[in-house]
Amino acid sequence: MTTIPTEPVQPGKASLLYDPKIRGYVYQLALLAVVGFLVYSAASNAIENLRAQKIASGFGFWHNAAGFDVNQKLIPFSASGSTYGQAFWVGLLNTLLVASIGIVLATFLGFFVGVARLSSNWILAKIAMVYVEVIRNLPLLLQLFFWYNAVLKPLPNPRQSIALPAGILLNNRGLYLPDPQLEPGGSLIVLTFLLGIVAAITFRYWARKQQTATGKQYPVGWVALGLVVVLPFFVYLLMGRPITFIYPELAGFNLRGGIQIFPEFVALLIGLTTYTAGFIAEVVRAGILAVSKGQSEAAHALGLRPGPTLKLVVIPQAMRVIIPPLTSNYLNLTKNSSLAVAIGYPDLVQVFTGTVLNQTGQAVEVVAITMAVYLTISLVTSLFMNIYNKRMALVER
Amino acid sequence: MTDATTENSAFFIRRETLPQEAAPLSVAGPLAWVRANLFSGPVNTILTLLCAYIVVTSLPEIIRFYFLDAVWTGSNRDACLTEKVGRPVGACWAYVADRFQYFVYGSYPVSQRWRVNIVFVMFALGIVWLLWNNAPLKKLGAFFFFVLLPISAYILLLGGPGTENFLRYLILATVALAAMYMVLSFVPSLARLFMGAGQLAVEHELPPWKRFYRPKRLILMALVAFGLIAILDKAVGLPRVDTGLWGGMTVTFLIAAVGIVFSLPLGVVLALGRRSRLPIIQLLSVIFIEFVRGVPLITVLFMANTMLPLFVPQEWSPDRLLRPLVGVALFAAAYMAEVIRGGLQAIPKGQYEGAMSLGLGYWNMMRLIILPQALRIVIPGIVNTFIGLFKDTTLVTIVGIFDFLRTIEATLVDPTWATPTTRATGYAFAAIFYFLCCWGMSRYSISVERRLAAGQRR
Repeated sequence: MTTIPTEPVQPGKASLLYDPKIRGYVYQLALLAVVGFLVYSAASNAIENLRAQKIASGFGFWHNAAGFDVNQKLIPFSASGSTYGQAFWVGLLNTLLVASIGIVLATFLGFFVGVARLSSNWILAKIAMVYVEVIRNLPLLLQLFFWYNAVLKPLPNPRQSIALPAGILLNNRGLYLPDPQLEPGGSLIVLTFLLGIVAAITFRYWARKQQTATGKQYPVGWVALGLVVVLPFFVYLLMGRPITFIYPELAGFNLRGGIQIFPEFVALLIGLTTYTAGFIAEVVRAGILAVSKGQSEAAHALGLRPGPTLKLVVIPQAMRVIIPPLTSNYLNLTKNSSLAVAIGYPDLVQVFTGTVLNQTGQAVEVVAITMAVYLTISLVTSLFMNIYNKRMALVER
Repeated sequence: MTDATTENSAFFIRRETLPQEAAPLSVAGPLAWVRANLFSGPVNTILTLLCAYIVVTSLPEIIRFYFLDAVWTGSNRDACLTEKVGRPVGACWAYVADRFQYFVYGSYPVSQRWRVNIVFVMFALGIVWLLWNNAPLKKLGAFFFFVLLPISAYILLLGGPGTENFLRYLILATVALAAMYMVLSFVPSLARLFMGAGQLAVEHELPPWKRFYRPKRLILMALVAFGLIAILDKAVGLPRVDTGLWGGMTVTFLIAAVGIVFSLPLGVVLALGRRSRLPIIQLLSVIFIEFVRGVPLITVLFMANTMLPLFVPQEWSPDRLLRPLVGVALFAAAYMAEVIRGGLQAIPKGQYEGAMSLGLGYWNMMRLIILPQALRIVIPGIVNTFIGLFKDTTLVTIVGIFDFLRTIEATLVDPTWATPTTRATGYAFAAIFYFLCCWGMSRYSISVERRLAAGQRR
């Protein structure tokens, strides 16, 4: 076994015993033999054990009826008629949902806290510091238990729901939002809204080009606001307010109508977001500190105020330092979403590795599929972030 | 250039004189500090007021709940119920005090808890020995912590006839080793069979009883430790305590310690394997590291819990507590390997070349030259991995091991202490415990970093 960085000098006529090349082959063969033996004996033991316990092997269970229900589902799923395969998809989609929303929220919160820690405002910087220190030094599972058991569970029951503005209700069954219903003509508003986003992006692109070519600046923010918010609102008024909301209301002991967001989801989302944000904040802080002071001094010398200095000079350079660790934090958040199993949010691990594994007993297949899914997510995320990183990286001449 | 810019640069030249401003009120002192750090502009002022509002509304409330209104003594839930006490009740510390033993030992039999205490004392001794900067005989301390402590803890905590036999074998083996070293130190011609010629030459210069001094010291310490346990066993007996009864902080520390003890050497091996030039070794290391790092710890624990028993013959089926231990150690090793790889990559090529020019072989080069430097560089990363590992020990809760967090969860549903504020108290207690451990580790790592960076300071 050699990792000698330079080519080893071949000794003239040493015996075969001392030839580094031969030794390398021997070591590798020995290791291969050991690993091969371990894999072989593990596999044969597993086959024997499974046969002894009368557990079927193979992926036949995929099409068997599941016979359990899941409360939060993005695709149709029911105890009667759905299969284990569909349970897998329900879990996977729930994992992706909480991870993607969590990533967006954690990024915003993390950047805010990271910048706040470096703020010249003493009290803000101290609060950010306390936040980071506390959040990062407590286990995520404890935080999830806290949010779920100590904050969300003790909320009042549906009859005594806490009424929030805009008809939103909060109780121990979750958060109830008004359910928007599109009446005829309502789709036009959605269309305008989507067109507005496209137009705003196009305008921003055009404005950038104009600025590099002529130096003239355009009010991108205002135009985007007009296109995305004001224009659809006008259409809304013009069409005679074609969107109505079904408000959640009390019916018996429960609430009916509206969109119910389950407390498990809320707890997991809050926990993952605040936890990961603590780590992202440190990444952001390190990135900003890595930008040499001369850069911001130069920007100040050009007459840029602190806000634009941060936005135009410091952050873009800090991003090069930030992106790689940021990627691993995104991956961590996705992987940590598997802690959902502890508070009963039906994510992939809870539904598939928990319930399905218990019902079928096919540990090898179920765990292998779950691991393959997380590996794929990891690889895809890091692939995208690597492409993005390459685009942002410093091009040196 | 100069002529052309006159027109444009006119923008930047002020033509009129500004009215004179009053001298600043103060540039130093508390008032100036407040001005500069809290109210330097409209945005800052708003932020300050907002933050101050948050602090003023939350901090007194927290202090009131956890200290002023808290209940400190009592024997059951009545002490913490507002109706019974007749005043607003905050945190119920009486519950923590009452259940404290359970939090520390879990269901470990009360009469046998002194065994856990001995392990705790040994653990503390080892920690202090290793972490205290000026402690003597550091290498002995490392041997104690990484070899003797795990073996002793295993024998002491588990007990029973199986471990007694194991202890007997250990004592025999150490005695045999001691005898061998005695012979070697007095009969140098025999030693030539085991030692390199160079090392032997050095040892030759010493009087016989000082030859191979260091190994003999380790053996002596092992003999003392094992002997003490054997005497204890003879005197009071060490009945078997099944791992199903272990719990609380004991298990949390156990998992963390096992993870740390095994992940560090395994991580070193994996990191070296990843940087190896031999393709098969490299490939296997990369597959292991990337595979483990790509999946959540939960799935590794599920795998250890459900698949490990399948992979071994039925009669060897691993203990319920051993399974997550294996999972945690392997998981931490993969992360450790990446941290150490970073350190290995930071070592300049000249160090390798220097080592090779001295005629050192691969393992001696790594052991004496490369790894000490590489590990020193990545101490912060290693400690970060330890902190992550310590926090991750809570996940064994999910596969049914009674660690510290699980014992707290278990007492929360116990009707003896079920009050509206018990939950907040229990979680606060858990938070304090985990915070102190993790924060302590990170503080220590920072101080080590500072000390080792002394060479870089100018």
